Amino acid sequence: MRVALFITCFNDSLFPEVGKATVTVLERVGVTVEFPAGQTCCGQMHFNSGYRAECVPLVANFASVFAGYDAVVTPSASCASMIRHYHPVIAPDRTPPPVYELCEFLTDVLKVEDVGGYFPHRVAFHRTCHSQRVLRIGDRPQRLLSHVAGLELVELGHPEACCGFGGTFSVKNPDTSAAMGNDKTADVHATGATYLTAADTSCLMHIGGLLSRQQPPVRTVHLAEILAGTA
Amino acid sequence: MTAKNPPPDRDASSLDAAGGRMTAKNRPLDRDASSLGAAGGRMTTPTIPERGGHPTFLGMPPFPRTAAEALADPQLRANLQHATTTIRDKRVRAVAELPDWEALRVAGAAIKDDTLARLPELLLQLEERVTAAGGVVHWARDAAEANGIVTAIARQHGTTEIVKIKSMATQEIELNIALAEAGIDVWETDLAELIVQLGHDLPSHILVPAIHRNRSEIRDIFTREMSKVGRPAPDDLTDNPGDLAEAARLHLREKFLRSKVAVSGANFAVADSGTLVILESEGNGRMCLTLPEVLISVVGIEKLVPTWADLEVFLQLLPRSSTAERMNPYTSTFTGITPGDGPQEFHLVLLDNGRTATLTNPTGRQALRCIRCSACLNVCPVYERTGGKAYGSAYPGPIGAIITPQLRGINQHPVDEQTASLPFASSLCGACYDACPVRINIPDVLLDLRARAVSHQRGHLGERAVMSAAKATFASSRRLAAAQRIGGLLLGRTRRLRGGPAWLRTRTPGWARAWFTHRDLAPPATQSFRAWWKKTHR
Repeated sequence: MRVALFITCFNDSLFPEVGKATVTVLERVGVTVEFPAGQTCCGQMHFNSGYRAECVPLVANFASVFAGYDAVVTPSASCASMIRHYHPVIAPDRTPPPVYELCEFLTDVLKVEDVGGYFPHRVAFHRTCHSQRVLRIGDRPQRLLSHVAGLELVELGHPEACCGFGGTFSVKNPDTSAAMGNDKTADVHATGATYLTAADTSCLMHIGGLLSRQQPPVRTVHLAEILAGTA
Repeated sequence: MTAKNPPPDRDASSLDAAGGRMTAKNRPLDRDASSLGAAGGRMTTPTIPERGGHPTFLGMPPFPRTAAEALADPQLRANLQHATTTIRDKRVRAVAELPDWEALRVAGAAIKDDTLARLPELLLQLEERVTAAGGVVHWARDAAEANGIVTAIARQHGTTEIVKIKSMATQEIELNIALAEAGIDVWETDLAELIVQLGHDLPSHILVPAIHRNRSEIRDIFTREMSKVGRPAPDDLTDNPGDLAEAARLHLREKFLRSKVAVSGANFAVADSGTLVILESEGNGRMCLTLPEVLISVVGIEKLVPTWADLEVFLQLLPRSSTAERMNPYTSTFTGITPGDGPQEFHLVLLDNGRTATLTNPTGRQALRCIRCSACLNVCPVYERTGGKAYGSAYPGPIGAIITPQLRGINQHPVDEQTASLPFASSLCGACYDACPVRINIPDVLLDLRARAVSHQRGHLGERAVMSAAKATFASSRRLAAAQRIGGLLLGRTRRLRGGPAWLRTRTPGWARAWFTHRDLAPPATQSFRAWWKKTHR
């Protein structure tokens, strides 16, 4: 099985540790992962902001770069949603390769739940909207987290609630976005967790940006970073 | 965390309240009346525009501004959060009782899609059946035509007052303003609509229009306003919900008995029988449908269902989705006129007002499936924080964000800035789609309308420039790598970009300012992932 990593422009540029952790986890469970260097962006920001024409070359590039792979793994639920649901809308004549969000790939394709992670902390898990309502990955992340040694998983209040990031929503409607985000951070603080994790870096960037100005300190880490953790 | 204020101390029954229909008869008084209190405090309303001295939605500022005004009121935030969460939980329980809920949703969507695909023939069939049953059918292209038809009928009868059933279509066309301008008094008889009307206010929810008023405000409104338009409130009126409901009942009763003309909308219009169907909780609707001599129903053309049997699906979907009840207290069905029983003159005004234009959008037309249950409002994290008036339309919340722009013509031509802001008033979280009883994929429609708004918009040069630059950067991996190197060199050494430095909030362009006002940001990495990979995986 030829497996490619789609790192996403976001993780590539701002959060490379998420990509490194994803590679660590995949290699630990025996997957040889390739990184096609021609990859850039799935076009989600453009598409969600109404710039459809601008998406077309990005979608075409994605299809070319990842053509021929048996699986494309990405540590982003929202990018996986974009590719699976909207690339066919933008380019109906091109079939995107099978794309899996990391948790889906581990649990559904590899049938692995214990990836040998170690993370001795109290961790709250944010479901993210694209994970739960578009990809419908259900409890796959929690199942993976339940096998991480030392980890204490705590449930957030209002677990289904959006954090308010919403891509450019965060800057087009900044006050509403922050109000939603601050409700989320209040739920985080209520758990006493020292780490917040999710299957999407973008939500974490928003929530983390709010938490950064609040006490007590709570750090945000992508799920892949927890799974990659070792003693 | 403002929204974490303890919820107002109320029992769950008050959230029928969020269901909110105040019942004039046949329901335990204090239960109905407790709903008065459910709304809690007063909304700091975005400045309400006026037309001829009447409040109107037209002319409001774009959503981000009205939302910011509403967000500044912590009491409103607490009230809305309490009300929406309670009705949300009740809806989940009501829906879970039906093992075939998903099948019902699919059926509801399919019936509505079939109706929309065959609208011309079904409308003609409805016209024929209503006419055969003694009714008169009118066709209204737009709000002005519909208002003109209703006004003309009222004038023919020389009436100076009309009783009215809560109706979204007549809110949409602002019929009350048109009738007032014609010198005709309109009395809203739904309790929440009465509160809104007496308060010279605008509705803020499809089902619970006065969700933003608390009981002491309602007492003040009743005491101050009732005497100006009819039977005064009792001198010793308290803010006890039971007393408030009784005051409303007495105030309305004389209007029911006196008015010769009533105006309604309809939840459904059955093509094969010519029957209109109205679901309500209070009984005020039944009063309006039976007591006056003349009944005028203003109905959007998308309210059709092909056959009587189709109601079976919707009479299960609607109450559970809206008030979280298994069945609403009153379901009235009426077909033309019945000699010697009820109104002896019946007019049906079929309203287009942008609906045909909405049908031209293959993605957007599913908005016309809407049965106005308001489940999407109650689950919406944006609505929960901004309330309904921020949407600047009779249709607030997620459904409003996709219906209003289409009714105002976004599929055909550029729309005003406020209307164009509505498709962006969503984080695309998708909760609305899951809750919708007729499976309207609201996020998909929002995305379609955003593309239309962008293609129409003039200006917004900054945003366009950002999007073009991003496209150019993402068009090739080499350009992306170069941008990452530059970003890393310039900003990568900063430990964390904080909002602390004033320049981030004041000297930066719009989007950066919007971000840093509320949040910090991790700086770009000194080494991108692709640079790391290149080094380590040769």
